Amino acid sequence: MRILIIEDDSQTASYLCKGLNESGHSVDHSADGQDGLFMAMENDYDAIVVDRMLPKLDGLSVIKALRAANKRTPVLILSALGEVDDRVQGLRAGSDDYLVKPFAFSELEARLDALNRRLDTDSTETLLQVGDLQIDLLSREVRRHGRVLDLQPRELRLLEYLMRHAGQVVTRTMLLENVWDYHFDPQTNVIDVHISRLRGKIDKDFEKPLLHTIRGSGYCLRATN
Amino acid sequence: MMVYVTLFIISALLLLAFIFFYTVNYMAQQTDATIEIEIAGLEERYKTGGITGLTQLINERIGQKPTGSGLILLADQNLSALVGNLNRWPNALETSDGWLNFVLEDKDFGEEAIHRARARRFRLLGGFYLLVGRDLHDLEMSQRAIAKTLISSLAVAAVLALIGGLAMTRSLIRRIEAINQTSNEIMNGDLSQRIPTNHTGDDFDQLSENLNHMLDRIEMLMEGVRRVSDNIAHDLRTPLARLRNHLDEVHKQSIKSGGETECIEQAVREADELLNTFNALLRIARIEYENRVEHFSWVDLAELVRGVVELYEPLVEEKNQQLDIYLAKEVKVHVDRELLSQAIANLLDNAVKYTPAKGQIEIRISSTQNQIQLIVADSGSGIPLAERGKVFQRFYRLESSRSSPGNGLGLSLVHAVASLHNIDLRLENNNPGLKVVLDFPRQDETTS
Repeated sequence: MRILIIEDDSQTASYLCKGLNESGHSVDHSADGQDGLFMAMENDYDAIVVDRMLPKLDGLSVIKALRAANKRTPVLILSALGEVDDRVQGLRAGSDDYLVKPFAFSELEARLDALNRRLDTDSTETLLQVGDLQIDLLSREVRRHGRVLDLQPRELRLLEYLMRHAGQVVTRTMLLENVWDYHFDPQTNVIDVHISRLRGKIDKDFEKPLLHTIRGSGYCLRATN
Repeated sequence: MMVYVTLFIISALLLLAFIFFYTVNYMAQQTDATIEIEIAGLEERYKTGGITGLTQLINERIGQKPTGSGLILLADQNLSALVGNLNRWPNALETSDGWLNFVLEDKDFGEEAIHRARARRFRLLGGFYLLVGRDLHDLEMSQRAIAKTLISSLAVAAVLALIGGLAMTRSLIRRIEAINQTSNEIMNGDLSQRIPTNHTGDDFDQLSENLNHMLDRIEMLMEGVRRVSDNIAHDLRTPLARLRNHLDEVHKQSIKSGGETECIEQAVREADELLNTFNALLRIARIEYENRVEHFSWVDLAELVRGVVELYEPLVEEKNQQLDIYLAKEVKVHVDRELLSQAIANLLDNAVKYTPAKGQIEIRISSTQNQIQLIVADSGSGIPLAERGKVFQRFYRLESSRSSPGNGLGLSLVHAVASLHNIDLRLENNNPGLKVVLDFPRQDETTS
């Protein structure tokens, strides 16, 4: 991926650049909003990471200007402001995701992957398939290897999200935000329990598991060869 | 207030009564003195002009003012009338000092045919008796007029006192009300409020100013606390996150090189837990100090609870616990959805955690005319009465639960969220277990 980072804190910026480079991405960096907006307009990036508080032009204004110019590049806001209404402001301005500082690098990476994939996948698709697992989104029917699986509505939504992001690492926070619409950390890791129940339904009786745990990051649904 | 008015009226009454009796007494003395002077004059004339001169003078006096209030009568030693404006000697008892109080009857007096009179008897040297007196009717009329005036002024004074008292009381009540209202707003978290002063420098003004100074000081201290916790967040969260990310990197490298990873994973988990604790602490601080009521919206309480229950259901099932849910329909509450969800999640989290396998958990929403109530009850170990006030403190954990996971901030957050929403939060005994009761304030959707 080609990624633009607009961040004035040099420590965070160099850490991000280094980490993303190591993961095989090509990274550009700008230290202020004006310059960052210029770079974003001139080039075609796969994703932009923007800080909210920036010199010259703040992050939200950068995004608004981009969207006004009809640039659809996925944008992730990095911000120290993490309350729900801060997120809402960010999303209203036209960003696609919101990550609160300080953040785990694996979280940022997973979210950037998800953003990039969002452009590729067609959200109007009604049939999702990973390996021999299928969801028919119209009839809400789940089949694996031709066998119909009985899933509860919430399990279905969880599976749908995992399938839409098949092959990517999906973090617990991403699941909690996107499947449950909560932005707090539950005291007990309830997501793990939901995943293990889903696993019990889609993987238990089958030879090859599809739902994998990625240690230290989250989960990944993929068909192994 | 009525006490003061009554007291005022009684004092006024006493004062006016004193004035009245003093005046009446003074007038009576004046009358007596006039009579004495008249007698002295007549006696003088008798001494110089004899009985003829006296008779002449008496006739002169009567002629001057036949209808006046002066009474005069000369009588012989048998008290038979000789000359004067009384036709006979009055039939009255005589006091020892020669004064007589008697009654006059005359058709000319009109409606009141009887007038009281007072006179002095004087014995002349030749055996004649002289009676000089006054018809007291006019005097009594004046006294009555004075009494009437005094009574009406008393009535006016009483009315004025009542009005003045009411006005003063109302202004007092208004000022106390202003202080009360400001205090309520402050207790609801708006520390920027100040009690209005009117710069008159009176006692209330001084009280208000002192309270305001106190509030300034409290606000400054709170600001200090907030800054400290913000600093903790800023200064410790960021390096902690960096540490965690470095560990992550090491983890990736050891996976690549096939080295030991278990230890590093443990370290990453612990760093995550620390970060979570800091985040939770900051979140509580934000809820307590920022009072973000402007982000409230009307939500269906049952729907909100159902969402949280759905999240926790697998946990309940894993422990084979029985979850009973009774949710009243159509209960709208004006809340911060995210915060209230987190608070309920914490309560349910605790219930699952501290209730043994196969235990019971109950969630109930009840709604009456006056009250919306949410209850989260369990059949776990409960909280001893002595500890119930302490469990809302940050990092406070029961001795018995120290071994179980958690950071001791769960109930602190519930408490902060409840305060923000004006929810009355209580811990009760569920015999056995804990019963958490949340009483929501009744609000009208149309009025807010």
